[in-house]
Amino acid sequence: MKLSAKIATSVAASAVAVAQVASAGTLDDVKARGELKCGVSGGVPGFSAPDDAGRMQGIDAAVCDAVAAAVLGDASKVVFIPLTAKERFTALASGEVDVLSRNTTHTLTREASLGLNFTYYNYIDGQGFMVMKDSGIKSTLELDGASICVQAGTTTELNMADYFRNNNMKFTPVGYETSTQTREGFEGGACDVLTSDKSQLAALSTEMKVGPAGVTILPETISKEPLGPVVRQGDDQWMDIVAMTLYALINAEELGITSGNIDSLKAKPGNPAVARLVGAEGNMGELLGLGADWSYNAIKQVGNYGEIYERTVAPIGIPRAGSVNDLWTRGGILYAPPIR
Amino acid sequence: MTERTRIPLHRDPKVRAILVQVLAAVVVGYGFYSLFQTTVDNLVARGIQTGTSFFDEVAPFQIGFTPFFDYTLGQSKYIDVFFVGIQNTILVAVLGIIAATLLGFFIGVIRLSPNWLVSRGALVYIEVFRNVPLLLQIMFWNFAIFLPTLPAPKNSIAMGAFYLNARGFHTPLPVIENTTGVAIWIALLTVLGIGLLMFARRAKVLFEETGQRLPVLWISLAVLIIGGYIFYLVSGSPLSFDEPVLGRFNFKGGGQLPLPLFSLWFALTLYTSAFIAENVRAGIQSVSHGQTEAAYALGLSRKNTVNLVTIPQALRVIIPPTISQYLNLTKNSSLAVAVGYEELVAVWAGITLNQTGQALVIIGMTVAVYECLSLLTSFVLNWYNKRIQLTER
Repeated sequence: MKLSAKIATSVAASAVAVAQVASAGTLDDVKARGELKCGVSGGVPGFSAPDDAGRMQGIDAAVCDAVAAAVLGDASKVVFIPLTAKERFTALASGEVDVLSRNTTHTLTREASLGLNFTYYNYIDGQGFMVMKDSGIKSTLELDGASICVQAGTTTELNMADYFRNNNMKFTPVGYETSTQTREGFEGGACDVLTSDKSQLAALSTEMKVGPAGVTILPETISKEPLGPVVRQGDDQWMDIVAMTLYALINAEELGITSGNIDSLKAKPGNPAVARLVGAEGNMGELLGLGADWSYNAIKQVGNYGEIYERTVAPIGIPRAGSVNDLWTRGGILYAPPIR
Repeated sequence: MTERTRIPLHRDPKVRAILVQVLAAVVVGYGFYSLFQTTVDNLVARGIQTGTSFFDEVAPFQIGFTPFFDYTLGQSKYIDVFFVGIQNTILVAVLGIIAATLLGFFIGVIRLSPNWLVSRGALVYIEVFRNVPLLLQIMFWNFAIFLPTLPAPKNSIAMGAFYLNARGFHTPLPVIENTTGVAIWIALLTVLGIGLLMFARRAKVLFEETGQRLPVLWISLAVLIIGGYIFYLVSGSPLSFDEPVLGRFNFKGGGQLPLPLFSLWFALTLYTSAFIAENVRAGIQSVSHGQTEAAYALGLSRKNTVNLVTIPQALRVIIPPTISQYLNLTKNSSLAVAVGYEELVAVWAGITLNQTGQALVIIGMTVAVYECLSLLTSFVLNWYNKRIQLTER
């Protein structure tokens, strides 16, 4: 009887504990914690991969650094949590991470049915196929009957199925859990072709024994993959903060503000748009529920979008000039709403 | 009767026992209910849709290995993915259980060999395979051994019409050419089978009357193979073989045992056989030495002593823990995603979950499948265990 009473009490207690779900604003949670929890892939060079010192580097990681700088004033106050493609949405919805910045494609299904909001894009990608150079294959239309290594559960898998169906070609998927495993499978000959977003293909080829010179990334791009940070649905303030931080980085590049010249520009801004962005004028931060120096901190500590790109994505062999990821003023489609 | 002082209801131990049970059941039930309700409330509050309506939607991805099930990209539904997953899980579990049992039995027996080298070899085998994490073993065999050593499809290792390469093992597949011929062949084989059964019965009678043993198994096998082949020719060779042919990328046609299935099966077999070997060793050692001595005293040969006295008694000890190993093997097959084998957790709790986001329904169904498979395995083996238990006279 004593035991059953004990069980009953503990069951009742756990039920109550479950009922108390954190419903406070994410901004308050992050401020109270003093740390930003950021979900990344953790294994894709250029996007998020640990450097020699164990610090997460890449364009996805930089977004979180910038948000931490804007909210907490310190870009180093980020806890990076590596997530697989499978875990990522549950981790965000359950509050395990505050921001999901994990080369995640924006789609209708995800936006509408998973309880998430996509903010903006930090990299615009497209899916491609990579083969060994000695296979002599020049086009994806030659791939009828091929085995294709793919990361299971991604939009990549769906685009591939659509593309092959559309072109009346057959294929055998070989699905792995992580992108590292797809690379190992491809290298070991478990498949003829490796498919992923083109940026990832370039990144993975740098880790291969034969190196980027031993492989061919086929010219066709079969999908649109706008990648960007994701937040939980129902916290509009937090969504605005993440989106605006990203906009600030892009606008900074457009206005010529860099981590190097921001201090002198803050002292003597000249252009009113610059003055607003560096926090010398207006009350932009206050409107977001942040300090006046939110964008100053982000740009000063992390750099503008262009600086981040040159530091992270350019080294894996994806030049930016004139590509879709260049500014709209230079022939790309990177366009951020004004900070005013 | 009526004179006896009645015990007040609240002090009657029977009533109190029932009351406490009911109370506990209500509290536990309420606990589960509120868990469920909280989950549903939170899903609604966060705008996450849930339900089973996605079952009938067309699954927008391809599955590579569907041996017993037609899966067509663009037609098959999400619910078909579920069944493909179950089928592939059962396939690797059954193959693994058969191989692990045979290998485990063998290792367990030679573990007790009087030959020092053989028994120490078995000991090393057991300690290595049961102490290294299974996921590591699966990835080791797949990525470090099989993939680098097996050749690309163009340089496949050919064994007649069988081919081995880094994609897997390719075999010819029988195709029925002539339906009546096959029917005749099967009819002839049935007659042969009945004849062999009668022979076995006759041999048993002979053994009971004279004590003479006939090698029934070997004779039957020989008759079955030779007779089966003759009858096959008699019925006009009604089958043809669909042989694998090297295409642009890989072999087409025939049957295929993909490498991920092979790696997974191989690792599961080695891992589980180490545990089964220990069960077998313990079982054999549990049979008292007096039994063996008594058998020798009765004049039984060494082989007959092992087969008729030691093993039947050891089985009673071996089977219960081996059931757990079978269940473990089935559940461990869910590690397949590491090497790309398309079983339940990979295609259903992995791909489908990620594409639809229906975590609650999908994980619930996955749990239910493993639960059913485990209960079914236990049920069958417990039945067998009961049959061979000591019947006291």
